[in-house]
Amino acid sequence: MTLRELIDKLLGRQPASADTAKQRLRLVLAHDRSDLNPELLEQMRREILEVVNRYVEIDLEEGDVSLATEDRVTALVANLPIRRARIPEPELNMAAGTPEEDSEGVATLG
Amino acid sequence: MTAQSSRFILICSGKGGVGKTTLTANLGIALARLGATTAVLDADFGLRNLDLLLGLENRIVYTAQEVLAGSCRLEQALVKHKQEPNLALLPAGNPRMLEWLKPEDMRQIATMVGEQFEYVLIDAPAGIEGGFRNAMAAATEAIVVTTPEVSAVRDADRVIGLLNSEGVKPIQLVLNRVRPKMMASQEMLAVDDVTDILALPLLGLVQEDEQVIVSTNRGEPLTLGDSGSPAARAYTNVARRLRGEAVPLIDPSKERQGLRARIGRLMQTKIF
Repeated sequence: MTLRELIDKLLGRQPASADTAKQRLRLVLAHDRSDLNPELLEQMRREILEVVNRYVEIDLEEGDVSLATEDRVTALVANLPIRRARIPEPELNMAAGTPEEDSEGVATLG
Repeated sequence: MTAQSSRFILICSGKGGVGKTTLTANLGIALARLGATTAVLDADFGLRNLDLLLGLENRIVYTAQEVLAGSCRLEQALVKHKQEPNLALLPAGNPRMLEWLKPEDMRQIATMVGEQFEYVLIDAPAGIEGGFRNAMAAATEAIVVTTPEVSAVRDADRVIGLLNSEGVKPIQLVLNRVRPKMMASQEMLAVDDVTDILALPLLGLVQEDEQVIVSTNRGEPLTLGDSGSPAARAYTNVARRLRGEAVPLIDPSKERQGLRARIGRLMQTKIF
């Protein structure tokens, strides 16, 4: 934070417009450069959250999947605060297969 | 001068009105004054203006159109500048040329011109459509002109993407219409912001300068005289850097003296 930004904040003033311009440009260019339409991006975001949510409990409110760009390279940046890991459910564990389970499976087939 | 040693430089911006044609005219004159034979090609067939900025509008007989059609020789179409005989203009043809002109045609014209001149500056039209693509086909390197405004920077980015995909390089940046006072008070995108965002090396910084308007009124590019106006110096420096001279770039917003400027800089100190 610069001195100017601190004073602006203390006085409740709008920050200098150059900074706003820079932030807005970075965002719009990340989208321009990726050539992804907003619907596709939204769908991808939902699916990523879904997949991650299967393994860990994430804060969906705070979670953010967005495009960022630096040096003309666009990156997909996901910031997903994890509340806790999902404790594997017993039956899921069994399906994953211990050796005994496997042999049982074969027996059923036979 | 052989074609191999000529440089074919596209001057483009995406957005209109940021100073492409003004840069082309001034850079052309500046290069010519430095002793380099230079041709400027008006590739903006729809809205040609390069002739007007150079003060050559009354001396056009033939254009690129007649050269392509084979109805005149290149030498007949080239308009030599009176005060600066190292510079010649190849005027744009009729706007209806846009209907049939192809990238190969532009390449053909540029190659012909390149046989006689060291520098071929191609003034691109605004936009990223056919006219721009035709102009781009004739170039091997590019200068992107932008101003420190969000719309101009965004459009420049689109153009840089196209230049990259066509393999045009190097691509260098000229930041035009800089207002040092506004930059110092953080109300205009800083020089570093623009170069960071566009990831291009900076070839020149041109301050907003009323003399530019005066010079366009007269059809006498600023670089013709020794007025020493800020923009004239900046354009000449662009020409010298293009020729490989190491002319230092000075950010005018950081050079400003006086109490206000000093307070402005103090305000930019990072405190945490």
